[in-house]
Amino acid sequence: MKDLLEKMKNGDIKSLAKLISYLENNPEDRFVDELPSKGAKVIGFTGSPGAGKSSLVNAVISELRKEGFKVGVIAIDPTSPFTGGAFLGDRIRMKSHFLDDSVFIRSMGSGSSLGGLNESIFDVIKLMDAFGFDYILIETVGAGQSEVDIVYVSDIVVLVLSPGTGDEIQFLKSGIMEIGDIYVINKSDLEGADYYKSRLESILSLSDIRKPIIKTVATTGKGVKELVFEIKQLLDKFQKNGEIKKRLERRIKKHAESILVRKIQKSMEEINETENLSKLINMVIDNICKNK
Amino acid sequence: MKDRIRVLIAKPGLDGHDRGAKVVAKALRDAGMEVIYTGLRQTPEQIVKTAIQEDVDLIGLSILSGAHMNICSKLLKLMKENGIENIPVFVGGIIPPDDAEELKKMGIKEVFGPGTPLSVIVEKIKQLFSEVGS
Repeated sequence: MKDLLEKMKNGDIKSLAKLISYLENNPEDRFVDELPSKGAKVIGFTGSPGAGKSSLVNAVISELRKEGFKVGVIAIDPTSPFTGGAFLGDRIRMKSHFLDDSVFIRSMGSGSSLGGLNESIFDVIKLMDAFGFDYILIETVGAGQSEVDIVYVSDIVVLVLSPGTGDEIQFLKSGIMEIGDIYVINKSDLEGADYYKSRLESILSLSDIRKPIIKTVATTGKGVKELVFEIKQLLDKFQKNGEIKKRLERRIKKHAESILVRKIQKSMEEINETENLSKLINMVIDNICKNK
Repeated sequence: MKDRIRVLIAKPGLDGHDRGAKVVAKALRDAGMEVIYTGLRQTPEQIVKTAIQEDVDLIGLSILSGAHMNICSKLLKLMKENGIENIPVFVGGIIPPDDAEELKKMGIKEVFGPGTPLSVIVEKIKQLFSEVGS
């Protein structure tokens, strides 16, 4: 383990990959807490299945690579709640970067979490930050309306939409429509893209904060330069107005919460008391306090 | 302790028939494995880089083009150069029996021909995984 960490710090990709697996299998080991942050910017991409998240991430990688940035990608696809298996197919859209040593792509199953992310993602981000990527792009599972956990791990959230997937009523709904810092209408060469955009604009204009809407065609790269420009502008703004710091604090709290929840679940499994609810709760608390 | 098996299913070479690869990928998924699928026309270089980044436990190749001897020997060589020759590689597709023997001598762990029941493939992969240990 120590050996892997040393090698990883010296830029060894294989060690980085092995450490990610180690983290996924040993969430209790807190060695990542000692790693220094190198200031990687974490950009989350979310949206419904088939909106073009992977293709857009692919295009954003190309744009960032033109400027010489090192890019790490975490691509998450659903883990089956029935078998535990997963088909991880996001990578297939990112083929053009397979041979680029400055691009690291890692696929992950969503695990048992319901928020659209894998629980170990907090630690994997820390690890990739310590490795020295300039940008870490996270692609969530194809999200429905309420998988919003991406806000807890990203500096900025890009919400990927596509034309023909709803009207103002959908835009007014709580949950995923609230979490975008930047809205992307991908597949904007399809009919109805302009109408879709105007509907989205009219709803977003009801909020106090102006949020950018960008039309892209991920497969041709159209609009992607503009998207990367907006991402950078917003990062800059958030850095200045303290939003990045606020989000980092939120991330740490959420991470602590996920570790605590796991401890509670574990403690609960070891107790057989089922007759008295308050007794059960007290036993769980006692147990956790004892084991620290 | 590692319990989830991560398998890379790759389709090297120029033929465009990936149904077999998908059928196997789905079967492995349903057997509780994490399957990383990279799609058509992968070069051995791409497969090796993917295997390293994804830290997979096994690599499965689907080859129907007839180029299996060339592709496999190149892949195994590259794996060795990159220090991942310990990852077991299995092959599925149209492979003549004589070639299958050759491939195994070369270092391919298993060859699954047409008609192999999916349950056999799943069991064999579990066995290969437990042999390597983790």
